[in-house]
Amino acid sequence: MISVVRFGGSNCDRDAARALDAIGVEAEIVWHEDGLPADTDGVVIPGGFSYGDYLRAGAMAARSPVMDDVRDAAESGTPVLGVCNGAQIGCEGGLTPGAFTTNRSARFQCEHVNLRVENAETPWTRAYDAGEVLTIPIAHGEGRFEIPDDELATLEDEDRILFRYCDADGNVTDDANPNGSKGNVAGIVGDAETVAVMMPHPERAALPLLGGTDGRGVLEAFA
Amino acid sequence: MSAYTATVTVRLKRGVLDPEAETTKRALERLGFELEALRSTDRFEVDLDAADADAAAERAEEMAERLLANPTIHDYDVDVAERE
Repeated sequence: MISVVRFGGSNCDRDAARALDAIGVEAEIVWHEDGLPADTDGVVIPGGFSYGDYLRAGAMAARSPVMDDVRDAAESGTPVLGVCNGAQIGCEGGLTPGAFTTNRSARFQCEHVNLRVENAETPWTRAYDAGEVLTIPIAHGEGRFEIPDDELATLEDEDRILFRYCDADGNVTDDANPNGSKGNVAGIVGDAETVAVMMPHPERAALPLLGGTDGRGVLEAFA
Repeated sequence: MSAYTATVTVRLKRGVLDPEAETTKRALERLGFELEALRSTDRFEVDLDAADADAAAERAEEMAERLLANPTIHDYDVDVAERE
């Protein structure tokens, strides 16, 4: 069973559960105060505005007790995916390095973006080819990936970057960078490749009626 | 135990873009002000009781480390003053 952790202010939890259902993966929404169920074999930390984005996006949820369960699960190899606010929570909670902070535009941005698959050897990207261009929506005000230069170099050396923002032809350019993320980074894996965070919403690109299914491949890590 | 107020100031590390500060700077310039740069900070005033000022500062620093600041992007400093 995949557990989709709902905090007060989560708003992509049902989208995530429905998208998983669409690819035949059983998922349930778990209220954070109840902790992770014992039969959890995958975790989604969904998007939204947990705790009203107080202090910093994700700061409060990252320090809530359920995250101890999530860290334990991650350490035992259970796949964990943080999307959007879930990505902010993942970085704040130390599941992944770096931080997601205020967009270069200082505005909330809701639009489709192009992503280039950087490493197609992870559970989250195995459905794609390296260099493939995906179209997936973003919806965030604090999605600019920040990380010290030496830590970014380590991520690159260790092939831990999943996706970079790119143009329609797969060129990673500043113009194609919607939020000013360092290195155009849109998603990374943690120390273990079974833990991933990404600002774009794969669950919003998983049903044909909603304009595309490019995000399905990410969710197939749970299949 | 004595009463203290620990003031924790959290700021972006030098070199980390601050889009809100940039926007604020441009707005000041539109109002006719001349300025070279503008940085914004978050300031937290924490009232607490501690054995002495060092203990109060130590506790406030731990608050900054564990929650108030994000070490990836922030620096912080702590000032402690006795509270009436």
